[in-house]
Amino acid sequence: MGCGTSCSTKDRKSEKVFISHGSAALKAALIIQNWYRGYSARLKARQRYALTIFQSIEYADEQGQLQLSKFFSFMLENYTHIHEKDPELVARLFGSTLQDCKDRQEYVSCIDVPDSYNGPRLQFPLTFTDIDILLEAFKQQQILHAHYVLEVLFETKKVLKQMPNFTHVKTSPSKEITICGDLHGKLDDLFLIFYKNGLPSGSNSYIFNGDFVDRGKHSMEILMILFVSFLVYPNDLHLNRGNHEDFMMNLRYGFTKEILHKYKMHGKKILQILEDVYTWLPIGTIIDNEILIIHGGISESTDLNLLHRIERNKMKSVLMPPIPLDEDHDTDLKTKVGATIIPREVKTNGSLSEQLTKHEWEQVINILWSDPRGKRGCYPNKSRGGGCYFGPDITSKVLNKYQLKMLIRSHECKPEGYEICHGGKVVTVFSASNYYEEGSNRGAYIKLCCDMTPRFFQYQVTRTTCSRPLYQRVNAIESSAIRILKERMISRKTALIRAFQLQDHSKSGKLSMAQWAFSMENILGLDLPWRSLSSHLVTTDKNGNINYMSSFQDIHIQKPVKEAQSTLIETLYRYRSDLQIIFNVIDTDHSGLISMEEFRAMWKLFSSHYSIPIDDFQVDELAERMDLNKDGSIDFNEFLKAFYVVHKLDKLSKSDSNLP
Amino acid sequence: MCGPPKQRDQHCAERDLICRPNLPLGSSVLSPGSVFKAPVGWSLGLPGYSQALLEIGTIIRSLGCCPSEGELHDLIAEVEEEEPTGYIRFEKFLPVMTEVLLERRYRPIPEDTLLRAFEVLDPSKRGFLTKEELIKYMTEEGEPFSQEEMEEMLSAAIDPESNSIHYKDYIAMMVVDDS
Repeated sequence: MGCGTSCSTKDRKSEKVFISHGSAALKAALIIQNWYRGYSARLKARQRYALTIFQSIEYADEQGQLQLSKFFSFMLENYTHIHEKDPELVARLFGSTLQDCKDRQEYVSCIDVPDSYNGPRLQFPLTFTDIDILLEAFKQQQILHAHYVLEVLFETKKVLKQMPNFTHVKTSPSKEITICGDLHGKLDDLFLIFYKNGLPSGSNSYIFNGDFVDRGKHSMEILMILFVSFLVYPNDLHLNRGNHEDFMMNLRYGFTKEILHKYKMHGKKILQILEDVYTWLPIGTIIDNEILIIHGGISESTDLNLLHRIERNKMKSVLMPPIPLDEDHDTDLKTKVGATIIPREVKTNGSLSEQLTKHEWEQVINILWSDPRGKRGCYPNKSRGGGCYFGPDITSKVLNKYQLKMLIRSHECKPEGYEICHGGKVVTVFSASNYYEEGSNRGAYIKLCCDMTPRFFQYQVTRTTCSRPLYQRVNAIESSAIRILKERMISRKTALIRAFQLQDHSKSGKLSMAQWAFSMENILGLDLPWRSLSSHLVTTDKNGNINYMSSFQDIHIQKPVKEAQSTLIETLYRYRSDLQIIFNVIDTDHSGLISMEEFRAMWKLFSSHYSIPIDDFQVDELAERMDLNKDGSIDFNEFLKAFYVVHKLDKLSKSDSNLP
Repeated sequence: MCGPPKQRDQHCAERDLICRPNLPLGSSVLSPGSVFKAPVGWSLGLPGYSQALLEIGTIIRSLGCCPSEGELHDLIAEVEEEEPTGYIRFEKFLPVMTEVLLERRYRPIPEDTLLRAFEVLDPSKRGFLTKEELIKYMTEEGEPFSQEEMEEMLSAAIDPESNSIHYKDYIAMMVVDDS
C-alpha cells in the first residue's frame, strides 16, 4: 500500500504541520473514503426510491384520467333524463363550445385595457421588443392583461393553422438548434434556459417539445412567452404538442385553475380559445430529415405518412375518443337524447365528419403518450393508461422505415434531466428541474448541429444561493414522497386491511414481509420497492414480521361531518380529483356552485360506473349537510377541500427534514 | 404461511436481489431462499434484459457493502461482458452479488474504526481537522475523492464559523442519518 518513508512539510501560511506517516495516514484516508462512499451511495439510493414513488403515483393518476374518459363516454350513453332538464349541460360536456364563438374582433375589442393597468403592453405586429417586455414583466410577477392574452391566442392560432403537422427544419454549421423538453409551468427554468442559452432569435433556434403547462404555477406566463416568441420568429421557434396541451388534462392538472384564478372576468373566454389553439399545435418536428422530435414516443404501427396527412385539429382531447360511426348508433343517440345531442364536434345535422377515425386518433395518442422501455416489443402503457411501451426493436424498425437516425422525446422526468437509451437512438430531454420536489431532479436541454453529436446542458433551479447539503435535500424529498404514498394508502385503507386480514389466518395483526409487500403492490397498483420502503411505512417486530395496522395509526382523513361513514369518506377522498373535474365541467358559469340535483345525478352515474358500493342516500345526506346555507346549491370546492388528510406527526416530520 | 402464487415467485426471483437493506450493521443470517425487492434501477426485469440506471457501485453500496474502489473494479470486472458495453446484465450480476452478501464480504466500517481513522489524521488531538487538511488527505491520499465527492462531503461536514471539521460530532450525525 504505502511506502515506508515519512516526511513532514511545513506550510508557512497556516503554520500547521502536515505529517505524512506513510502507511498510517494512507490507511486512515482509505477508511474515511470507503465509509463516505458507502454513505453517499445509500443517500443516492434513497433519492431514487423517492423519485420512483413520485413517478409511480403520477402515472397512476394519469391512468385515473383516462378512466374518466370512459366515464364520459358512459355518461353520453346514459344521460337521457338529465339532458331533458339541462340541455346546456350536455352541450358543455359533449358539444362544440365554439358553436357560439364570436368573431375575434368582438372578443378582443370588447375587452378594454384600462389606463390604470401597469402590466406589460404588447404592440401588434409583435417584435422582439415585446419578448423583452414580457420577460421583464413576468420577472416582476406581473400578469398580462386578458386583452393581450386573447390577441396573442388568436394570432397564434392563425399562424399555426398554416403550418403542417410536422415542421421540417434544417441546421447548418453556423446555426445550431436547441431542444427543450417539458416545462410544466416552471417559469424559473425557462428564465434559466434563456439566460444560459440566449433568447430565441433568427440565429438562435429553439424547439419546445410539449407540456408547457400544468402543475407549475406559471403555465400562462410560459405559454405567453412561447407564443409571443413564436409569433416574432415563426421559422425559428418551433412548438410541438404534448399530452398536457389538452383542455381535459388542464382541468385536472392545474392550468384551468390557474387561468380562472388569474383572469376572473375573462378566464372562460381564454379557456375556450385555448382549447382550439392546442389542436393546431404541430405534432412534431423533423430535423435534417434525420431526427424526429415528438413529445411521447412511437408504437410499432406508427405511420408517419398518415400522421403527416391527418387533420390534426380534430384531435380535441385524449379524453374524447371518436364515437363509433355506425348508423344505428347514430339514430339511437338521436332518439335517446333529442336532436341537439352533440358528441364532440358533431354538427347539428348529425354528420360525424368532424372527428378523426379511431385509427388516426390512436396514432396521435401513441405519439403523445408512449414511453420507451428496455424490453423488446410494443405493449400497452399500463401505468399511464394511454399510449404504449416501445422497445429498442420497435425504435429500430420505425426509424429505419423512414430513414431516420434518432428520436428525441420528452414526457418522462429524469433525474439528470436527460437520458439516452435504445443504443443511442432514443433521447429523453426534460426541462423542468425540481419537478416533483425541490432537489428531485435536474433539467436539461440539447444543442444539435448538422452531423455533430448532440451536446447536453444541465441545470437546476435553487431558491437559495447556497444549496443545502445532500443529506438534507434527500431527507426532504424522501419525506415528501413518503407522505404522498401514505395518503395513497389511506385512500384505500379498507381494501388494504381486507387484503391483509385475508392472509392473517391467526388474526395476530402480523404478516411476513413477503405477504405485506404482495398486498401492498396488488391493492395500490404501484410498482415500488416495498421491502426497502417498509421501514418508513410500518413497524416490524423483532422477528422481522410486519405489524400491518401500524401504517394507519398516525394518519387519518379529517371528516367534514361527524356522522359520515369512513368508507364514504375514503371513497370521496380517493376520487376527489375526478369529482373535481366533473364538477368543473358541470359548472358552466364557473361560479363554483352546482345544484343539489346536478350533484345527485352526477354521483349516481359516477358511482354506478366506478362500481362504488355506497348507498346513494348516504351521499345525499352528506351533500345536504354541505349545503350550508340551504339554498339548494353546493360550493363544491369547499366540499372537496373538506376531505383533507391529517398527518398526526406533521409537526415532527416538518422539522425532521432539517435533522441530519 | 401462504405466499404469492408460484408464477409470481419466479418473476420475483428474476427481478429481486437477496438483501436486507435495513438490518443493523453486523447482524444476522441471510437465508438463500428469501427473496426481496431489488433497489430502484431494475424495472420490468426479465432475464436477458440489461439495465444499469443507477451505477453499479451505488447499487452495491446501497445494499450495505463497502468495497474500496479497487475492490469495486474487481467486482465489476467479474460481472462485465467480455466486450464491455458499459452495461451490466442482471442475471450475471445476481449470482455474484448473492455470493458477496452470503460471504459477508466488504463489511461496512464500524463507527469506532472511523473515529480512530480521523484521530490518526489529527495527531495533536485537537478534536478537529481544518478544511485544508481534510481536502489534502481526501484528494491526495488513499483512493482520492473527485472534486464533486469532496464538495459533497464538505457541505455537510464543515462548521462554517471555524472552517473546520469536528469529526466526532460529524460521525455521530452521519451514523444517525444512515441508520
